Amino acid sequence: MIRVQQENFDIGAEIAALTDGRTDIGAIVSFTGTVRDQHGAVTEMTLEHYPGMTEAELQRIEAQANSRWPLQASLIVHRTGALKPGDNIVLVLTASEHREAAFDAAQFFMDYLKTSAPFWKRETGPDGSKWVEAKAGDETAAGRWSTGKNAAE
Amino acid sequence: MRLLYFAWVKEKTGVAAEDVTLPESVATVAELIAWLKTRGPEFANAFDQAEVIRTAIDQAHVHQDAKIGEAREIAFFPPVTGG
Repeated sequence: MIRVQQENFDIGAEIAALTDGRTDIGAIVSFTGTVRDQHGAVTEMTLEHYPGMTEAELQRIEAQANSRWPLQASLIVHRTGALKPGDNIVLVLTASEHREAAFDAAQFFMDYLKTSAPFWKRETGPDGSKWVEAKAGDETAAGRWSTGKNAAE
Repeated sequence: MRLLYFAWVKEKTGVAAEDVTLPESVATVAELIAWLKTRGPEFANAFDQAEVIRTAIDQAHVHQDAKIGEAREIAFFPPVTGG
């Protein structure tokens, strides 16, 4: 499942909803990305996105993960709009029988999300406001999944 | 055809979305960018470093050599920074 929303999310409630009534799951991995104040340099972060393509891209990422790992359930929640330091930005949940698939798939979700989902961060601080630049390291991190080998193999 | 612009591409062009009729000579994304740059100083500035700009046709990523074909919607934006 994927969701794009302005509202905050409750990690515990999301895990409970994902696993409700299930007794087959053996491993649940959660990743939460939050806004950093960068030692006072950031007082607000605004997230713009491309409605329609964002959802399509997140669904493509989820479908790819499901074709690579034996996931029993997964969830991506990404927030948009104005956020403050300490606020949640993104949640990824993955569930599988054994931990390797859940760990690897969660990494995969984040690596692909960071390089292909159409979100753009704008940071505001005492010195003004600027668009966050993409990091070359994110492309490298996503590239490691295209070798056809999973990290746990 | 609908054109969309996001983040600093939108700020530089001053346009979020518009409907345009393309000249028949425009067949690829690269040709579309070249044509957009002729539409005024804001567009020339926005697409000055065209190699940096990312493009999506009908909500899927494409390279700039992609053919436009029967596209309904083409979007231009900076490298993404979500997550």
